[in-house]
Amino acid sequence: MGVPGQRGFTRAQSMNLNATDFELFGLPQRQAQDRAEIDAHWRALQAEVHPDRFASEGASAQRVAMQWAVRVNEGYRRLKDPLQRAAYLCELHGAAVDAQNNTAMPEAFLQQQMAWREALADADDVAAVRALAAEVATKRKALLGQLAFTLDEQGDYVQGARLVRALMFVERFEHDVDRRLEALGQ
Amino acid sequence: MALLQISEPGASPDPHQRRIAIGIDLGTTHSLVAAVRSGVAECLPDAQGRVILPSAVRYLLDAQGQARRLVGAEALADAAFDPRNTIVSVKRFMGRALADVAQRDKLPYEFIDTPGMVRLQTVAGVKTPVEVSAEILATLRQRAEDSFDDEIFGAVITVPAYFDDAQRQATKDAAQLAGLNVLRLINEPTAAAVAYGLEHGSEGLYAVYDLGGGTFDISLLRLAAGVFEVVATGGDSALGGDDFDHLLAEWALAQAGLEATTPQDKRALLVAARATKEKLSAADHATMACPLAVGELSLRVEREQFVALTRELVARTLASVRKVLRDARAERSDVKGIVMVGGSTRMPMVQAAVAAFFDQAPLNDLNPDEVVALGAALQANQLAGNAAGDEILLLDVIPLSLGLETMGGLVERIIPRNSTIPCARAQDFTTFKDGQIALALHVVQGERELVTDCRSLARFELRGIPPMVAGAARIRVAFQVDADGLLSVKAREETSGVEAAIAVKPSYGLADDDIARMLQEGFRSADADMQARTLRQSQVEAERLLLGTRSALDADGDLLAAPERAAVEALMNELRAKAAGDDHHAIDDATEALARGTEAFAADRMNRGIRQALAGRSIKEV
Repeated sequence: MGVPGQRGFTRAQSMNLNATDFELFGLPQRQAQDRAEIDAHWRALQAEVHPDRFASEGASAQRVAMQWAVRVNEGYRRLKDPLQRAAYLCELHGAAVDAQNNTAMPEAFLQQQMAWREALADADDVAAVRALAAEVATKRKALLGQLAFTLDEQGDYVQGARLVRALMFVERFEHDVDRRLEALGQ
Repeated sequence: MALLQISEPGASPDPHQRRIAIGIDLGTTHSLVAAVRSGVAECLPDAQGRVILPSAVRYLLDAQGQARRLVGAEALADAAFDPRNTIVSVKRFMGRALADVAQRDKLPYEFIDTPGMVRLQTVAGVKTPVEVSAEILATLRQRAEDSFDDEIFGAVITVPAYFDDAQRQATKDAAQLAGLNVLRLINEPTAAAVAYGLEHGSEGLYAVYDLGGGTFDISLLRLAAGVFEVVATGGDSALGGDDFDHLLAEWALAQAGLEATTPQDKRALLVAARATKEKLSAADHATMACPLAVGELSLRVEREQFVALTRELVARTLASVRKVLRDARAERSDVKGIVMVGGSTRMPMVQAAVAAFFDQAPLNDLNPDEVVALGAALQANQLAGNAAGDEILLLDVIPLSLGLETMGGLVERIIPRNSTIPCARAQDFTTFKDGQIALALHVVQGERELVTDCRSLARFELRGIPPMVAGAARIRVAFQVDADGLLSVKAREETSGVEAAIAVKPSYGLADDDIARMLQEGFRSADADMQARTLRQSQVEAERLLLGTRSALDADGDLLAAPERAAVEALMNELRAKAAGDDHHAIDDATEALARGTEAFAADRMNRGIRQALAGRSIKEV
């Protein structure tokens, strides 16, 4: 129906489902982000595209709305989590994290991991596990800061991908610590 | 002759004519329907002025041997004499297999253990819980139609926050069977929060304390960025106002040295206990009177006696509250507000106990029986497009993780709980054996690692995979969850393009064909009625699309070049002409043609909306 060119003014600057998360959310393409701003942009976008806004319209509007709402939530899921956001940035710059096949880690980091695992195995009361949890959380925060610097200031996405892999290990370990706390009845 | 329409002062006239949208609280013991009238949500009474419809359906045969059914108070009237055919608390069976039904041995029904969802043998034939629930919903729909003397545009129906996919789907099926257009399913605690307008308030943690007739639910909601996330739910499915009645009745008998021997006596005693309990909510003493076979019971009851008697029950609710706070890793001081739901929260000692526990007064200005239905009505009104300017957007999260069974009975989580919906995720799998040509997919829901600890939602197979060595096939399984939290799953072998898909519902046994069959059998059995109904549905659908397209053109018509606009107008004229006739196939075809013809327009409107969201956010953000 119709001639595509006649709709030119919309198509020229049109957003499509393949835009990057940053473009879609109208945010600068970088690691450092304000979570409150991401939330606000997400809400504004959902207010436009959520299927509920088209509940009184026909099936075609509903279908398009569903596609967009799914796309916006996908972007939101990636952007709001610093680790997923970093992995996504690395991928956009051709440095895929590829965690399944690439497990190369700095030597010092591996040693730290071993020490943590031993500490968790030895921790037999809540206080000891809590202390370990606090230590891991501090390390995580430091690594995230380093990651933001590596990506935004140094533009080194290969090193960034390495840091993402290291942080994925930290996250998994934090999960194990949580389960241990649960097992101890906390 | 058509009458001229007069719109309310301040209300917008055609073409944005008001669409009647209702909110339904489909409860375990009772159900309500509400709608927004003159800007205010209110519950709709039946012809006798009763707002509450007991969630009870009785099937019976009349003198001619014709199957009949009674719904609500009329169904309960003779429950004591016909328990097998008087279905109460059917909500507990929705989307549930027989093995999942708690205390099934104590229930008076004749269950049929069908795969997926249990069925009930009644004097009027085998009934599914979906059909029984549909009777209740149809009664409420009829009530709303009588109230407005008009067709109902659509409904928002509430479900417990902990309802899984099968239970939500069963609820939606029941609505469809009752001839309702479901605008949205929303969580009961979220509806209660909306009734109090909490979504306009400050972000933080809220508790919804729901003590009904037979169940107690406690939910913690977190409001952040306009989203109510259900953080944790808990409660006691065997604790409610009825337990207070029982304790009082037993105590009164012991005090009076009497006994209740017959079923009639027991029933009369409970009714008296309930009346006394209700009086004690307003007065500090009351007289409990009840004629029994062995003599007249008459007893003065002090409120303090009643409070002491039932202290244990109130304490049990608070134990559940402590548990959900622990689950959510939250402190009671983190809770910013408490919403009281359910008639049993009228008891002053319940209010006092909750206020003392949280060290703040709970929200209780609205009728606790009605609050869920009122919230649903507000949301329905908005979804129907009647609440311009005061738009609330309820963004929801999925309550339980969705995943697939993998080797060794383990669960691979595809969509984690608390993901905002609608959402879609895909994951790649491969074959286990050389030359494997089919793959069995088992979709489950739950937080546990083992399949046996999760709830099975659906099984389906991907067949016709070309023989390859183990691990060579690339099978992409895509999960999609819509805004109601309902799941569909698609599997595709990428190298060959072989595909299989499933809308997750047949697991409990109701496919679309079943629904069509029930529609034909159940509600309007006569053929002529059935045809009239089909035609009416097609016409309503056509009207809906015409209205929607009209408002879209008014809002964004400038996106269309003149010839495009003319094409859309032509399709609209065509549909309008067909809708005036009585050929439902022709109407459906014209509806589909208009829907298809406006797809590109819809996409462009979406684009404009997104650009406005990005450009206008500095204004909206405040």
